[in-house]
Amino acid sequence: MKFGRMKNHRRNRLLIIVFIVCAAAGATTFTLFALNENINLFYSPEQIVKGEAPVGKTIRAGGMVLDDSVIRYEEGLGMSFVISDLKSAQVKVEFEGILPDMFREGQGVIALGQLNDEGLFVAEEVLAKHDENYMPPEVADALKAANQPNANMLDKAGYE
Amino acid sequence: MIPEFGHFSLILALGLSVALAILPALGVYRRDALLMQTGSSIATGLFVLLAFSFGCLVYSFTQDDFSVAYVANNSNSALPMHYKVSAVWGAHEGSFLLWTLIASGWTLAVAIFSRGLTFDMKARVLSVLGLLCAGFASFLLFTSNPFDRNLPFYPADGADLNPLLQDFGLIVHPPMLYMGYVGFAVPFALAIATLTTGRLDAAWARWSRPWTNAAWAFLTIGITLGSWWAYYELGWGGWWFWDAVENASFMPWLVGTALIHSLAASEKRGVFKSWTVLLAISTFSLSLLGAFLVRSGVLTSVHAFAVDPTRGVFILVFLILVIGGSLALYAWKASGIRSDAQFEWTSREAMVLTNNLLLVVATASVLLGTLYPLLYEVMTDGKKISVGPPYFNRVFVPIVCLLFVAMAVSPFSRWRRTSGDILIRQHWPFLLATPIVISLVTYVVAAGINFITIGVETLAVWILVLLARHWWQAGSIRSASQLGMMLAHTGIAVAILGVVVTTTYSEGRDVRMNPGDSIDLAGYEFIFEGVQKVRGPNYLADQATFNVTRDGEFVANLRPEKRVYSVGQNVMTEADMDPGLLRDVYVALGENVGENAWAVRIHVKPFVRWIWLGGLLVAVGGLVTLLDKRYRRIREVAGRPLVGTVA
Amino acid sequence: MTFNKSLLIPLGVFALMVVFLALGFGLKDPRLLPSVLIDKPFPKFELEDLRQPGRLRTIADISGEVSLVNVWATWCFNCLIEHPELLRISRETDVPLYGVNYNDENAKALNWLARHENPYEFSIVDDKGTLAIDLGVYGAPETFVLDANGVIRFRHVGPVTPEVWRQTLLPVVEHLQGMSDG
Repeated sequence: MKFGRMKNHRRNRLLIIVFIVCAAAGATTFTLFALNENINLFYSPEQIVKGEAPVGKTIRAGGMVLDDSVIRYEEGLGMSFVISDLKSAQVKVEFEGILPDMFREGQGVIALGQLNDEGLFVAEEVLAKHDENYMPPEVADALKAANQPNANMLDKAGYE
Repeated sequence: MIPEFGHFSLILALGLSVALAILPALGVYRRDALLMQTGSSIATGLFVLLAFSFGCLVYSFTQDDFSVAYVANNSNSALPMHYKVSAVWGAHEGSFLLWTLIASGWTLAVAIFSRGLTFDMKARVLSVLGLLCAGFASFLLFTSNPFDRNLPFYPADGADLNPLLQDFGLIVHPPMLYMGYVGFAVPFALAIATLTTGRLDAAWARWSRPWTNAAWAFLTIGITLGSWWAYYELGWGGWWFWDAVENASFMPWLVGTALIHSLAASEKRGVFKSWTVLLAISTFSLSLLGAFLVRSGVLTSVHAFAVDPTRGVFILVFLILVIGGSLALYAWKASGIRSDAQFEWTSREAMVLTNNLLLVVATASVLLGTLYPLLYEVMTDGKKISVGPPYFNRVFVPIVCLLFVAMAVSPFSRWRRTSGDILIRQHWPFLLATPIVISLVTYVVAAGINFITIGVETLAVWILVLLARHWWQAGSIRSASQLGMMLAHTGIAVAILGVVVTTTYSEGRDVRMNPGDSIDLAGYEFIFEGVQKVRGPNYLADQATFNVTRDGEFVANLRPEKRVYSVGQNVMTEADMDPGLLRDVYVALGENVGENAWAVRIHVKPFVRWIWLGGLLVAVGGLVTLLDKRYRRIREVAGRPLVGTVA
Repeated sequence: MTFNKSLLIPLGVFALMVVFLALGFGLKDPRLLPSVLIDKPFPKFELEDLRQPGRLRTIADISGEVSLVNVWATWCFNCLIEHPELLRISRETDVPLYGVNYNDENAKALNWLARHENPYEFSIVDDKGTLAIDLGVYGAPETFVLDANGVIRFRHVGPVTPEVWRQTLLPVVEHLQGMSDG
C-alpha cells in the first residue's frame, strides 16, 4: 500500500482535515434532511378546526377527551373519540389499537397521526402522561390560548 | 428525630465537601504537604456523613414516617418492604441524595486507590471532586431536601410509589446509572487536575483508564437494565424509544466509549492527548446535561421528574460553572499540549481516530434530535414539535454501521502501522463485502427494504467470527485489558445481532379477543381462556390466562394483568412472557372493549434477549479490564511519583 | 507557547447551547404563568355549590375581603398533604377560604370532605374544568390570594405546607389586609 508509506507530516494533516470537513459536511446535510422530514408539529383543536393544520402530513394534536365521546366499534380494536379545547373547537379522532393506561375521558391526551380530507384525525398513536395530576404542557397551553382572548399579549407581558 | 439527624448530617457533609474543595488545593498553592494530605480523611468523613444521611432516609421509609414529605409522597404503608427501600430513589429528592452519596463514594475510592499519584496530583483531583460534591450537596439542601417535614399536621398514609417503579428493574437501574454518570467525574477531575499542572503524559492516561472503564461499565449496565425494564414494564414490547431521558443516558455512553479508546491511544502512543482531555470533559458534561434535562422539566418525557423551576435554575447555573469553567480552562491550557507521535493510515491510531469521529458524530446527531424541539420552540416563538424515532434511526444506523466495520478490523491492527498484508490477506472477503454492505444500507435506510438486515447481520456475524478466531489463536490474549476488550466487542456484536433480528423478524398483533378465541402468530397458537380477578398486596388486577402451544405442543401459560393500584387508582399493564434465548413470546392485556372482549397485544420476538445479554457482556468486559496487572503496578511503585515526572 | 484559537470552539458550542437551554427553560417555567393573571380580576364564573346543589355561586360571593381560593380534587394526593394546614388556617385565622373542586365527581368530593373535614366556606363545582382553565391551572393543588376587590394578587402552585403559609402566603395576606384597612 503506497498510501501507508506516506511520511510527510503536513500532507498527512491536510488529508485528515479534508477528510473531516467532507465527512462533517455530508453528515450535516444528511442529518438536517432527516431532521426536517421527521419533525411533528403540534396543533391545537382550534387550529385544526380553522384549517391551519396540513392534511395528510403527520402531526400531533392534543386536547381534552370529551366526556362520553369514546365510541368503540363492534368489531376489532377500532374506536373514535373527540378532543376539544373545552370552548368551541372539537376534533374527532379515529384510532385502532390499544390505548395507554392513563387514557381517560376528561383527561388531556396527545394523538400522533394525520388529518384526512373530511377533517377526521386518524391517529397512529395516542399518548397520555403517566402522571395523572398534570396534563401534557402542549395541551395545557392550547387550552389556555383558546380560553383567553388576549393570551398572547398577556403571555408576553408576563415574561418581561 | 431520625430525619433531623439525616438533615443535619447532610449540612455537615456540605461543610466537609467545601473543605475538601478548598484545603487540598490550598495545600498545593502553599506547597504545604500536610494540607495536601487532608484530602483522604475529609473524603472518608464526607462519605460516612452522606451514607448516614442516606441511611436515615431509608429508615424513615421503612418506618412509614409520613411526617417526612418525601416519604409521604412516595411510599405507603401497604407497599412491600423491598419497594419501600427502593422508593428512596423513586423520585427526585431521594434519587439525588443517592447521586450525591455515589459521588462521595467515587471520591473516597480515589482517595484510597491513589497511591500511584503524587501528593500534589492527588490533592488537585480530590479538590475538583470536592467542588462537585459541594455543588451536589448544596443543590440537595437548597432546592430538594428529602428530609422536609409536613409538621405539625401530616397525612395518615402515603401517596404510594408510582406503580411503574414498583419493579425489580427499577430497584437496580438508577443506582447503576448513577454509578456510571457520577463515575465519569473521576476522569473529569483527573483531566482538570492535569490541565492545571499543564503536564499531560502517559501516566495521566494510564491512571484515567481503569476509572473510565469502571464508570462506563456501570453506565452500560444501567442503560441495559433500563431498556429491559422498558421492554416488559412500559413499552408494550418495545426496547428503545429515543425518548429524551433515554438519550440523556445514551450520549455520555457514546462519548465515554470514544474516551475509552482515545485514552488507550494516549497511553500507549502519546497521541490525541488534547482531544482525550476534551472527551473526558465532554463525557462528564453530558452526564450533567442529562441530569439537567431529566430534572428541570425542560424536555417533556414519560420519565421526567416533576418540575420545579428553582431546581432548573440551580442546575443551569451549576452547568455553566462546571462545564463552562472546565472548557475555558481547556481553551487556556491545552495549547501547551503537544502530541508528536506519528502514525499511518493503517495503524491502530487511525482506527481509534475513526472510532472517535464516528462516535462523536453519532452523539452530536442524538444531541441535536434531543434538543431540537427546544431549539425550534425558542426560534419560532413557542411552536411545539416532537422529533420522531425515524430521525434517530435514519441518522444513527448508518454511522453505527461504519463503526462496526472499523470494529471488526481494528483488533488486528497494530500501533504506528499495520502491514498491509495482515489487513488484506486476512480481511479481503470482508473488505470486499464492506462497501457493498454500506451502500446497500444507505440505499435501504431510505427505501425501507430488508437488505439492511442481511447486511448488518453479515457484519455482526463477521465481527463474531473474527473475534472467535482471535480467541483461539494461542497466546493472542496477553492481558486482562485485552480480554476485556474482546468481551466488550463480542457483547456489542451479540447486541447488534439481537437488535437487527428482533427489529426485522418480530411479529406482533393487537387483537380483540373473547374467551375461547385463538390466534395464530409466527407458528404459535394463543388461546385466550378468560379473565379473573386477583388481589395483590396493594392492587387489584384483571388477570388473563393464555395457553400458548406450538404444533399442538404446550409452550407456556401466560398470565398478563391489568392492575389498579389501590392508593392512587393508577392503572398499570403488567405483561407476561415466556422468555427464551432464541425468542420471547409476549402477551399484554389492553382494556376491556366489550362485554367479555379484551384488547390484547401479542408478540413473538426472536433474539430479543441478545440485546441485553450483549449489553451485560459489554459491561463485564469493562469490569474485566480493571483486573489488568498494569493498573496494579501503578500502585506498587508508590514510592515513585508517576504523574508529573515520568515522561 | 502560542494560543490555539480552535480550542475555544468547544466553549463556544457550549455557550450557544446554554443560551438555548436558558431560553427554552424560560418558556417552560410554570411559575411565569401566574404573572398572566396577577393583578387581573378573578375570572367570571357561574358554577354550582358543591354542598348545595342548584345554588349558583358567582364572583360576588368571594369578593369583599381578602380571601384564599384553593383548587382541589379527590384524585390529587398533594391536596391531602395540604389539607391539615388548610383546616388549621380556616380554624385559626379569619381569612375566608374558598374551594374550587376541579375535574372531579360530586359524590366522591362530598365523601372526601366528610372524611377529612371541610376547611372551605364553600366549594364550587368545576367538573368541566372551565374555571380552572381560565385560571391557567396546571394541576392541583393551587392556591390564589385575592384582595378585597376580587383581584388575584398571588398564586401558589403545589401544596400549602405550614412553611409556605408562614413564609409566603401569610405575609401576602397581611400586606393586602393592611392595604384595604388603610
